Amino acid sequence: MSHWIIVPVVLPALLAAFIVLLCRFNLTVQRALSTAGTAVMVVIATGLMLRAGTGAIDVYELGDWPAPFGIVLVADRLATMMVLLTSVLALAVVLYVIGTGWDKRGRHFHALFQFQLMGVCGAFLTGDAFNLFVFFEVLLIASYGLMIHSGGPVRLRAGMQYVVYNLLGSTLFLFALGTIYAVTGTLNMADLADRVAQLPTDDTALLRVGATLLILVFAVKAAVLPLHFWLPASYSNAPAPVAALFAIMTKVGAYAMLRFLTLVFPPDLEATQGLFDFWLQPAAMLTLIAGMVGVLGARRLDRLAAFAVIGSMGTLLTSISLLTPQGTQAALFYILHSTFASATLFLIVGLVQAGRGGAGGRIEALAPIARNGLVAGLFFISAIALSGVPPLSGFVGKLMVLDAARAASGPYWPVWTAILVTSLIAIVGFARAGSTVFWKANESAAAAAHPEAPPATGLSIVAIGGIMVLLVALTVLAGPVMAFMGETTDQLYNTTGYISAVLGDGEAAQ
Amino acid sequence: MSLFLIVALPFLGALLPGLMVQAGRRACSITTGLVTLLALTGLLVNAPAVLSGEVQTARLEWLPGLGMNANFFLDPLGLFFAGLILGIGLLIIIYARFYLSREDSMGEFFTYLLLFQGAMVGIVLSDNVLVLLIFWELTSLSSFLLIGYWKHTAEGRQGARMALAVTGMGGLALIGGMLILGNIVGSYDLTEILQNREAIQASPLYLPALILILLGCFTKSAQFPFHFWLPHAMAAPTPVSAYLHSATMVKAGLFLMARLWPVLSGTDAWFYLVGTAGLITMVLGALIAIFKDDLKALLAFSTVSHLGLITMLLGFGTPFAALAAVFHILNHATFKAALFMTAGIVDHEAHTRDIKRLGGLRKLMPVTFVIATVASLSMAGIPLFNGFLSKEMMLEEAVHTTWAGSHWVLPVFVTIGALFSAAYSFRYVAHTFLGPVRDDYPHKPHDPGFGMWAPAAFLCVLVLAIGLMPFLVEPLVFTVAEAVIGGVGEIEEGYHLAIWHGLTPALLMSGIAVVGGLLLLALHRPLDRAWIATPRPEAKAMFDRLMAACVGGARGLTDALHDGALTRYAAIFTVTVVAAGAHAFWTGNLVVADRGGAIPDLVPLVGWALLVVSAAWLALSHRRRLLSLVLVSIVGLVISIGFNYFSAPDLALTQISVEVVTVILLLLALNFLPKTTPVESSVGKRTRDGLIAVVGGLGVGALSYALLVHEFAFETISDFHLENSYKGGGGHNVVNVILVDFRGFDTFGEIIVLGIAALVIYAATEALLSGPVRARLLNWVPDMVRAGDAHPLMMVVATRVMMPVVLMVGFYIFLRGHNEPGGGFIAGLVVAIGVVMQYMASGFAWADRRQRFPYHGIIGAGVLAAGLTGIGAWFAGQPFLTSDFGYARIPPFNEFELATAMAFDLGVFLAVVGAVLLSLESFSRIARRSNEQVSDYAMDIDPSRNEEA
Repeated sequence: MSHWIIVPVVLPALLAAFIVLLCRFNLTVQRALSTAGTAVMVVIATGLMLRAGTGAIDVYELGDWPAPFGIVLVADRLATMMVLLTSVLALAVVLYVIGTGWDKRGRHFHALFQFQLMGVCGAFLTGDAFNLFVFFEVLLIASYGLMIHSGGPVRLRAGMQYVVYNLLGSTLFLFALGTIYAVTGTLNMADLADRVAQLPTDDTALLRVGATLLILVFAVKAAVLPLHFWLPASYSNAPAPVAALFAIMTKVGAYAMLRFLTLVFPPDLEATQGLFDFWLQPAAMLTLIAGMVGVLGARRLDRLAAFAVIGSMGTLLTSISLLTPQGTQAALFYILHSTFASATLFLIVGLVQAGRGGAGGRIEALAPIARNGLVAGLFFISAIALSGVPPLSGFVGKLMVLDAARAASGPYWPVWTAILVTSLIAIVGFARAGSTVFWKANESAAAAAHPEAPPATGLSIVAIGGIMVLLVALTVLAGPVMAFMGETTDQLYNTTGYISAVLGDGEAAQ
Repeated sequence: MSLFLIVALPFLGALLPGLMVQAGRRACSITTGLVTLLALTGLLVNAPAVLSGEVQTARLEWLPGLGMNANFFLDPLGLFFAGLILGIGLLIIIYARFYLSREDSMGEFFTYLLLFQGAMVGIVLSDNVLVLLIFWELTSLSSFLLIGYWKHTAEGRQGARMALAVTGMGGLALIGGMLILGNIVGSYDLTEILQNREAIQASPLYLPALILILLGCFTKSAQFPFHFWLPHAMAAPTPVSAYLHSATMVKAGLFLMARLWPVLSGTDAWFYLVGTAGLITMVLGALIAIFKDDLKALLAFSTVSHLGLITMLLGFGTPFAALAAVFHILNHATFKAALFMTAGIVDHEAHTRDIKRLGGLRKLMPVTFVIATVASLSMAGIPLFNGFLSKEMMLEEAVHTTWAGSHWVLPVFVTIGALFSAAYSFRYVAHTFLGPVRDDYPHKPHDPGFGMWAPAAFLCVLVLAIGLMPFLVEPLVFTVAEAVIGGVGEIEEGYHLAIWHGLTPALLMSGIAVVGGLLLLALHRPLDRAWIATPRPEAKAMFDRLMAACVGGARGLTDALHDGALTRYAAIFTVTVVAAGAHAFWTGNLVVADRGGAIPDLVPLVGWALLVVSAAWLALSHRRRLLSLVLVSIVGLVISIGFNYFSAPDLALTQISVEVVTVILLLLALNFLPKTTPVESSVGKRTRDGLIAVVGGLGVGALSYALLVHEFAFETISDFHLENSYKGGGGHNVVNVILVDFRGFDTFGEIIVLGIAALVIYAATEALLSGPVRARLLNWVPDMVRAGDAHPLMMVVATRVMMPVVLMVGFYIFLRGHNEPGGGFIAGLVVAIGVVMQYMASGFAWADRRQRFPYHGIIGAGVLAAGLTGIGAWFAGQPFLTSDFGYARIPPFNEFELATAMAFDLGVFLAVVGAVLLSLESFSRIARRSNEQVSDYAMDIDPSRNEEA
């Protein structure tokens, strides 16, 4: 059994503990360890994904207890891809943090950062529903710590809402797990899939309740309307690099939804007919609309970015809610795009806020910041990505979602209208904000003294540029990427592979 | 040259200007020009082959799954447009070199210009409509950057945003239309689509696709009612106006209509939509142009009008009209680009574009005057100039076309349009150049240098050459027109482009237009007054109002939805969850197990009553915080009794210790908080929230009840745990074995959660204490009377005596955990309580000074110990956290069990102790800031201390 699977969970956990134990006073060592650890994660995650890319589904039985009695980690295509995505994003974020000195502004940044990575990677890798809950807790509490990093009354207040709302979600998670366990008597996801498929059709009510509550929990994480209320205030008030890292947090919700809606409650499952196909799509489209309308109505850049994340999640979930392989394939592509695009926007907004000093992110014409032109250019690119305008991957992704919607059963006009109209709203919103912040600033250029804030150091620009290179690569290599996503989708929908890998062939054959 | 290279050259070249500008403006512009020249040469190399009927292609798979591939093809239509784009582009670059001032960043300008050029070439060479869409939107984006090039002007920014909003909208509609079109045909390749006229026109989706595609074309080509953005795009530097907003980008819509002409045209819908929109645009644009005083605005509306003319021709759907359209595209590009350049020259030299402040420039700027006159006469449709030829063809075709059964509508309106067109053309020359020389120009004008007028002069040569010798371009125009028609029809045999076709109705209409135009020019002064006095809808104001309304609406909606009230968010959460749960339940089937009518014992009944009473009481008196805490702890106690009642002593122990620790921590926190919660919401709101809470509670209750009366559908996994606890895990206490072995990984996660929580509390406290809170704490006056004896003797003595006992108990609980109720978690809590008592007895500061181990480190050590124990299994070739156990005997003790799980449990123990104590320490830091009297002594009154000494 290869131990590499568990490294993305154990490595950051031990690294964080080590930092807390021995180097909590030396920032330089912390930075070195954190960067090195994250870089190693990228390498390992790449290795895991290459291995999973061969079609192998590796299972890691913790404590050597066989599934479904112990906990298992499962490294299939989707899980390893998400781990790689997480570690790549984390590497960029950690560079940005060092470049901008965010880690100096409070205690324990790197330890919390590593714990956060552990939580996210664990959530992607685990094959056990209760263990997923545990990792949700890890990433929730770590993200709370990161969110209120360096304090401030507004941030603390937003953090309170964030943690309270998510604790509601955690409570719901427990209800959901309790209900599902009470029906099926198991928590292992593969075992659940196996048992749910055999559930007598005259006894579905409780399973349906459990399934619904569970998907609602994921909907909270994925910021689906009307369960998204925790997001705008917390993302807009979190430190910029933290908000950028949080781009992966909403994807945890989307991932979990994808996983359960293909493995445990697949679209053709008798017991859960008329549930998700009933409300998920309208909710996703409302999310999309609320997000992009929020972009247009935003008064602050940070809030604009937060709503852009909601809108982006709306598109992604619309694709998931089609509940077809094609929709899933498009959604997988969009996950990559949405993560990178949202992250860059937050990082850029962070530069603007830092450059403006106390004035912060208000969408008003203030004196131009240092390197106004460069930051404006970066903003322009990330706005293109997020509003899904050509030539970046957002457009490619959007086309695929539109195409998937057309191919799915049911009328596709609502989806098309929602996606295309919200794109326009986003374009107008970004153009307004960008022209006010970056262009109108030049009006007062002559009068205003040069801002006092330090120019962004190269490292932060490298971080942003690095992610943008990935966005471009995602566009140019859309063909091979989509081929991989196609194989991933096949793996998701042919659940026997997953189930037999976890439970052993004998169990699956029953 | 490969088509890929032709398309890619401008994009690659866009990297150069920003670099070359370091070497000077000349180097920058020459490089840019060379890039364009290279692309143009590459294009022209292909020309002979293409014109002889060969179609060049270049194909590259990009996203085959979607049918989006980088396919390009070069046919006469593409060649024609690409030639226009690159040829005029070259002239514009020369012109811009001299037009831009030293303050303008030339590198930025040429970068955007080349991006635009590449996108434009991409549009006309694309064989794949999805790729075409990408280039299409790229032109909108680069146009946005170019219009907003002068960032400091409000007109530039607003014009840029307006153009982006309108063309962006069209582009999105176009996406929809193209996807539909591609799906009807089953391919996104244009060459494929163009073969499927019947399938497309028979499809029920033809009309939606047509409307969406036309939305894209109309917005791009500024057709009514989307024409209003183009004049505002004139805020751009003049080279941009000449290039994008007259010669090329606005022709993208025309190009697409021409490109799809074979498959979309010929239906009534096409005729009425395209023809009518074109007609209205032509007449309306020309009318407004007459009364525009800004030279560029005048030209902008004239562009709108001419685009309308071409659109109308395409809308007619006949081969002859298509021929006229192609010819007019060529002619318009030559004379209008030249005119824009003259407007730019006048602006550049006289420092104004206001026609009312100009006049008499004929003598001061003779060269410019000649250029402007030639181009204007062509625009007016005067014979011997190229504009005349294509306009005659348009008039001719209009005479033969009926509109809604009427023979006169089209001829009358096109004559009016031509008349207006003549009028503004004449005015452009007359009011700018003719008349007396004035002495109040903002700047003394004179002809510019050669570089600035040469490109315009070159275009004028073309105007005259085509106008006098149309046979020169006849093969080109016919070939391109045939490419547009695509075999759907044929241009009548024997027709030739010529100045003289005999005495035709068209000639008469031309005559009326020219005479009428002169008449309007003569009457301009009174007409102008009347025009200014007439109220008209102002598109910019309407657009601004619409935008403001949208933004206001968006802002209102967003703010109303996200008002920041957590109670409301929670209410929405509860309602949503209950509704979704209820929906799921009622749409399923439930089998109820028969459990008989069990009568509950007294103990559970009492517990139940206590729970209900304390919960209800809590709801009623939650504003009194101390009381609430007491009531909450009752709930906790009843639950731990419940665990015990159901034979789970481990859980009961854990629950009780957690209760104790949390209540103590909460009490400490309460010390710094107001003792009552203020009333913050109205009675109505509270009633609403109360109702929602009751519904939520009932929902949870109903769910629990349903679960209780329901049987497991399958065997549970817990039987395995019971069987294997001792055999595989080496412990009789199943709960502990589950915690540290079966599901040790969960525990590993949970101790990390606990550790993080403590770190977060610590970090938050630090952040608080470095902020304004610190000052508030320093000035904090306790709101309750303090006991005189803060650290009472009895308490201190008792806790000191207790301490070793507590530690011993903790150790015992830790060791026995694997087989009997206990374990690292409970032990950690117990030990923590022992330490917490010291803090309570002798004060935070006193206790803090005497503690030697940093709690951060304890947490870190705990997580490390647990993790390393897990990793230890790797060396035995086992997965993470695999446990092993054996029995050891150290004389004189009895044999005892050693399990690796104990090392793991030690990690748990350390993490728990560290977490609880770090939280406590954080509180103590707050306390010490708040003027707590720090005593040097363990107790305030100590009989053993000799106070007198």
